[in-house]
Amino acid sequence: MKPPQFHYERPESVIGALGLLDSDGDRAKVLAGGQSLVALMNLRLASPEIVVDIGRLDDLRYVRATDSSLDIGALTTQATIERDASIADVCPLLAEAIGHIGHSAIRNRGTIGGSIAHADPAAELPLVLTALEGEVTVASSAGSRRIAAADFFHGFLMTAVEPNELVTEVSFPSAGENRGFAFEEFARRPGDFALVSVACRVDGDTDSVHSARVALGGVAHAAVVVEGLEDLRGASAEDAAAAAGEAAAAVAAVADIHGTTEYRRHLARKLTERAVRRALTPRS
Amino acid sequence: MSTREHNDLRQHRRTLTVNGEQRSVDVEDRKLLLDTLREDLELTGAHAGCEHGVCGACTVLLDGVPVRSCLMFVGQAEGHEIETVESLADGDELHPLQASFIENLGFQCGYCTPGMLLTAKEFLARNPDPTEEEAREAISGNLCRCTGYMGIVQSIMKAAAVMREESTPERGDA
Repeated sequence: MKPPQFHYERPESVIGALGLLDSDGDRAKVLAGGQSLVALMNLRLASPEIVVDIGRLDDLRYVRATDSSLDIGALTTQATIERDASIADVCPLLAEAIGHIGHSAIRNRGTIGGSIAHADPAAELPLVLTALEGEVTVASSAGSRRIAAADFFHGFLMTAVEPNELVTEVSFPSAGENRGFAFEEFARRPGDFALVSVACRVDGDTDSVHSARVALGGVAHAAVVVEGLEDLRGASAEDAAAAAGEAAAAVAAVADIHGTTEYRRHLARKLTERAVRRALTPRS
Repeated sequence: MSTREHNDLRQHRRTLTVNGEQRSVDVEDRKLLLDTLREDLELTGAHAGCEHGVCGACTVLLDGVPVRSCLMFVGQAEGHEIETVESLADGDELHPLQASFIENLGFQCGYCTPGMLLTAKEFLARNPDPTEEEAREAISGNLCRCTGYMGIVQSIMKAAAVMREESTPERGDA
């Protein structure tokens, strides 16, 4: 199928893009890598009047590690992130999750900003951002603001980004001490959208776990943080994994043609147990 | 910035660098790179399979890496180097991957084949001595309805061996 007609703009600067969004943002969609938007337009599930192609905004392509955070420009491709060996040290959860996004051809064009702004409930990057309590920088012609992950994802494909705003940067806190991370995903075939995915950060070590932060993808309209794991009182790895799995299985999960609620909850439990166990395994 | 007509049927001139040549076309903004290659440039090697990025039949190389040409508007492709399957052969001389696909039953209907060849070409450039598992993973984004993939993986593995052989200096050379 072919996309319907639209007016195409290709600004050469961030300021130019923000000017377009100021005047016509409510009738426009921003086009970054296009791996979600063009597919939706080809299927005629999206028909924006105006498409603002930001592919020329090279200022938004960068990866910067500071002492406290990993800051990535919105137009950085998933492939660039995947191939950046330094990210594995600074943000191991991101390094592990990135290879699960679609297929390599998709990652060659897909961008981190685009994935975050699109906010698919089964997507890996919004899940990792939620688990790690990262931040999104959005800009408009009036300036920029930083939005915490908890305030950014509003619902199914809905975010805090206003029609005249552009996502410019995605930031993850640095890994910190005495922490383990793991990402798990289940899909019927590699590369399919996740049926259920789990991103977890565990504080403590194998013999004495303080707390776990577990977020689930694919069970609701956006990533869901599992409650009740903030104080695990020095639990063993096995007990922590079991407690996390139990808490994950209690999260409300949608039912659709891909799986029942019961199946998703079962996956949530198993993947969470696996993730917590792996996060606590000392890296060799 | 004034608002423009929604139904912008106007054609615009786009200049694409395809297989080393500058090619100019007059096309609507909504035209996909895939259809521009096939219809305006008569490079019909890239195929339309699913038109939403899942099957890989439309794969071309953009600045050397595999991308879904069905997920790019023609305007996005300006300023990049595009290689299609038509660039693999050197005149009448087939690329080792093409020769291997013929010898090792790497295709039946041929619909997925251009995508497989280009994906494999870039894969072997990065990983010239892969395991079968790595080759299998590399083509996991390219669907084939005919072969069951074994012939494709064998073709890639055997081509890789030929290409390693060809890139090794002859014994006796300084």
